[in-house]
This record gives sequence, C-alpha cells and structure tokens, in this order.
Amino acid sequence: MERNHLHPLQLSAFTLSTPLGAGLSATLDALRAGRTGLKRCDFLDVDLDTCIGRIDGLEQMPVRAGLAAYDCRNNRLAQLGLEQDNFIAAVSAARQRYGRERIGIFLGTSTSGILDSELAYRQRDPETGALPKSFNYAGSHSCYSVADYVQQVLDLAGPAMVVSTACSSSAKVFGTAARMIQAGLCDAAIVGGVDSLCLTTLYGFNSLELVSSRPCRPFDADRDGISIGEAAGFVLLEKAASKIDPDSIMLLGVGESSDAYHMSTPHPEGAGAQLAIQAALHAAGLAAGDIDYINLHGTGTKSNDAAEDKAVFNVFGGATPCSSTKGATGHLLGAAGVTEAIISALCIQHGFMPGGLNTEHIDPALKSAYLLKNKQQKINFVLSNSLGFGGSNCSLVFGRAMR
Amino acid sequence: MKVFVEGVGIVGPGLNGWQASQPVLAGTVSYVEAAIAIPPNDLLPPAERRRTGIPVKLALAVGCEAIAQSQRNAAELPAVFASSAGDGDNMHNIFDMLAKNGREVSPTRFHNSVHNAPSGYWSIATKSMAPTTSLACFDSSFVAGLIEAATQTLANSNAVVLIAYDSPYPQPIHEMRPTNASFGVALVLSGSKTDRSLAELEISINRNNKPGTSIANAELEAIRADTPAARSLPLLTALSNLSLHTNRNSGEIYFDYIAGNQLAIAVRPC
Repeated sequence: MERNHLHPLQLSAFTLSTPLGAGLSATLDALRAGRTGLKRCDFLDVDLDTCIGRIDGLEQMPVRAGLAAYDCRNNRLAQLGLEQDNFIAAVSAARQRYGRERIGIFLGTSTSGILDSELAYRQRDPETGALPKSFNYAGSHSCYSVADYVQQVLDLAGPAMVVSTACSSSAKVFGTAARMIQAGLCDAAIVGGVDSLCLTTLYGFNSLELVSSRPCRPFDADRDGISIGEAAGFVLLEKAASKIDPDSIMLLGVGESSDAYHMSTPHPEGAGAQLAIQAALHAAGLAAGDIDYINLHGTGTKSNDAAEDKAVFNVFGGATPCSSTKGATGHLLGAAGVTEAIISALCIQHGFMPGGLNTEHIDPALKSAYLLKNKQQKINFVLSNSLGFGGSNCSLVFGRAMR
Repeated sequence: MKVFVEGVGIVGPGLNGWQASQPVLAGTVSYVEAAIAIPPNDLLPPAERRRTGIPVKLALAVGCEAIAQSQRNAAELPAVFASSAGDGDNMHNIFDMLAKNGREVSPTRFHNSVHNAPSGYWSIATKSMAPTTSLACFDSSFVAGLIEAATQTLANSNAVVLIAYDSPYPQPIHEMRPTNASFGVALVLSGSKTDRSLAELEISINRNNKPGTSIANAELEAIRADTPAARSLPLLTALSNLSLHTNRNSGEIYFDYIAGNQLAIAVRPC
C-alpha cells in the first residue's frame, strides 16, 4: 500500500481534563507527583468491585446557556474541557485568522451521551413502554452529538464529524484532520475526544472479565484488567506558521491499521499494532531510533499489554523507554488517544517521561523498556499508541518544531 | 477534489444490488417497494456470522459488491464506514438489560455495541489489515463518509471503499429517532482514472445554500429523506443515468451537510 509523508501540523493550543484534574497544569502536577486519579467506584448505583476515574462535579455542571438540548454528561464534560487553558480564546483568535467556516471539528467518542439512554430506560412508561419526554436523542445519545455541541460552543461552521472506533477514536481524528487540511477543505481543525462514564462500558467490560478490582497495573506480572475513566481533550491543529517557536509541538506522523483478528482480543503477536507504528514512523520520515519515548496504549489487560509489547519490541528493540499513563488516568476509551497525545506533547515541552503507576513487578515475559519512575531528559520525538476493539489501531508521532 | 467511482454496492427496500437498481433509479423500470433482502455473505466464519446484526450484514453485502466491480483486492483497500447510529437493536438490548436487576450485559452484545463493529467484522472477513475508520454525522453521515473517503484517496494515492449503512431503532428509541428503512451503499473511489472507472466526481464543500437534490420518484424520495445512508440516492441516480445513457449530461448534485455547508458533486462521464 502506497503511503505518503505527512505535512507536519502545529498543535497551536491544547487542553486536557481527566481524573487527574482540569487543565494542563493539574495534569502535569499529577504526572510529576506520580499521583493517580483512580478511586473506588462511586458512580451512580454501580455495584461493581472496581476503581474508576470519575471527574468530580459534572453532576452539577450545566452545559452552556442556550444549548440545553445538548445537556448530558458527555457534553458537560466537553464544556468543562473547553473552558480550561484559555482554549476558547485560542480558537477565537484562529476564527479571526481563518473564518469560522474554515475550521473543522473532528472528535472521537465511544460513549457519546448514552448514559442518558441508560437512565431513560429505567423510566419507561409502565403502560406504553415510552421513554420520558425529556429524553433528547440528538443532543445526547447520538454519536455525533459532541461534535455538534462543540461546534456551536466555539461558533465554528467548518466540516465536522465524529470518529468512533472504540479506544482509538481520538487518535484517529488527527489523521482525519491532517487529510482534511491537506485537501484544502479547512485551514485548521479542532481535534480531540470526549468520553464519559456510563453503565454500558462499566458492565460491558466487566462481562468480558477485563475490569480490574484494583487501580489498573499496566505491564505488571499480575495485571488483571482496566480501570475505566472519563476525559475531555482538545487540540487546535493548523499548518505551521512561517515564524515558528522552536519549542512548538508538531504532529509529524499518523499510522493506522486493522488487526483482522478478533472483535475484542488483539492480535496475539501485535501484528496490527506493529503495522500502525511502522506507518506512523514512515509518515513522519523517522526511524525507530529517533523516538525518545513511547506512550503505550498499556491498558493493563493480559492480552493488550502482551500484544503491544511484542509490537513495540519488534520495531524498537528493548531500549526505547516506554510507559502507560493509564495507571494515573484510567482507560479513557474514546478520549484515550487525545489524552495520551497531549501527555506526549507535555513530555516534549517539559522534558520528562512519566513512570507507569501501580505497577510493582514488571512482567518478565514483556521485553520493552517499561519505566516505573519519572525520568527528566530532553525529548524531541514521542510515539503514542492507541489500540481499540474491532482491531482498530492508530499510532501518532509528535515532535519539537526545531531540534 | 476529483475522484473516480470504480464500483457501487447498494441494498435497500426494493433495491437489490447495483445491476438491478440502475434502471429503477434511472426511471426506465418502475420502483416496487419491497422488504429489504440482504444477500447472504459467507466471508465470515459461521460462529462470527451468527453474532452479527443488520449493520454488519449490510456492510458486508454492499462492500463486497462494490469491490467485485472494481476488481480490486478487499484485503488491500482502506475502508471508511459511515453510519448515523450503528446497531440500534443491539443497543436496545443492552439498555434493556441495564435497566433490569443483575444488569447482565452479554459480552458479545457489548463488543458489538462499538460503532466500529462492522469495520471490525469487515477486516476479519476480508483479512484486511488496511486502515479502517468509522464515522458518524447524524443525518449527514453518508456525506461525512464521502468527504473522508475522498480525502483518503488523495492523501494516500490509493483507492478506498466507502461503506455507509443505517437501520431503524426498535421502540422505544425509535420514537425519539424515527428512521424507518435499512439501507446500505458502498462506493470504491480512486484518485486516478482506470479502465474500471464509471464516473468522475468533482467534490467540493460550499455555502451556496442551494436546495439539496431530491429524487423524482416519491417512494424513493421518502426513503432518501428518512434514512441517512439513503441520502446517497441522488448520487446513485446520477451514476445510473450515466451508465444507462439515460442522461449523459454532467450534472451537479447537492447534499445538505452541517452548519450551513453543502457538499456539491459534479458527476461526469469517464
């Protein structure tokens, strides 16, 4: 398959809200302190023995005035995320530069606002079976709802769509945005992801016996599953300015592939993940040895970590430092890709690699150079992996503008 | 953006494959409304096939039909999947279980609940490790898929298959999202002309505010207006007119997109 190099794009503004806190500085502080955002499950009346990454206060938080039709946990989380780090002001400035119809919106989500449907099914009319009249499908459950909401909040009018490929969703939006800008359909793009706690994912992953009772322990010999969390992350992507700050973060490569193996189990040799990693390196015009740090998908399931380790070892050998930040954030599903993209950007900006939390004994069967402690070091290039159900893989490469 | 259509797949109520549908869409054979008949597909192992719902069956049927015409190898083609809502029957069942004591969600139902389930089954069925993506854009999901597929052909200098499908929700969600038809459509698009090219499409996004193109036949127009994947019908009609020589004039068609945008497609003979 022929693939071309990517035209690098600048991450000219970004923001992240996860169980570690709202905004970049809360994220950075928690990563530096080695603090996890996971705690015992206290979400609604969920009766599972598990830990979750719940964002406090969403229950009381409104969506923006005038957009009540979009009120649901997922869009409240989107609103919380948009309000951090002066992101809305950065988008306003971009709107002045390009025009509102020239900025696209490409967001990933796996859950959308389906929590509203889950709760509405508890309130069906005993005689007719109807859902309560207050339920608004297009504003909550609909897979596109979050992009529609964010487009209105940001007063933009360019092309928009939602990518929903399970846990790779908000990594793949970087590829969509890059192609849209390259084709000239927009000059800049808001990419990101929003995923929120709901019963379908908690009970669903539990039914697959993929949920840990403890905070997840990626790459640990005794790892026994994921901890589910929720997050919102947004990035303003645009073509590099002619006078670029040398420390600007650039999207250099996107690589996508499919496992063609199983709906909920990764290819045991990590063959699909390996293809995605190699495609991302090729698109970036980099060799494996150029990568300073790898932010792993690292969910903490037996099968994911084993498969991903094989893929990483096959491409990089056992020397390149890598870790999963899911011990800190939990598995953010449709928001995992953008969360780890932004963490990758923070690693480059601040010259550090986050050690993986909760892991006590690295599985001796895993051969990659898994970091357990934070490490300070200049970083030029980071690769971030996202591997999802349905065998949907996406790797991203980020780098400093001038090395 | 200029792309070329190399293959078409279609299944909908009374629309049984591209060969049979062209004269119906071109108006030389009468449209007869009928229940949808999705052709069976034996690419998936029987154990996997039993687990799949209507969207997967629609996707496999139309994707394979379009790729066969293009004479390309499905295992090498990136695939773009577009659907407003995915598998509504499956989601209904999960919500039903979650509202009951015990909340016993079936593991198969859960992995089938992801929006990209059809693309996962597709890659297993076709043994394709090529990239796939799965998009949603409410009523404009087909349009979003077409944009994504076209930009992929240009960015990667490669052919792409676009597969769009939708099926109705059961009650009680149906009342809140009342689409009524099951419909699947696939297009193989390439960035350069080949001897299999059926038509050239010049695609652009504009804000000219022209009315979206409708279908002359009232029954087909009702399906188009109802079902997001069937929003493709004006394009399929233009392609039918080209191939059956009922109208060789290049025509512009307009699709409503989002936020005041329109997708305009100039359909030209090759």
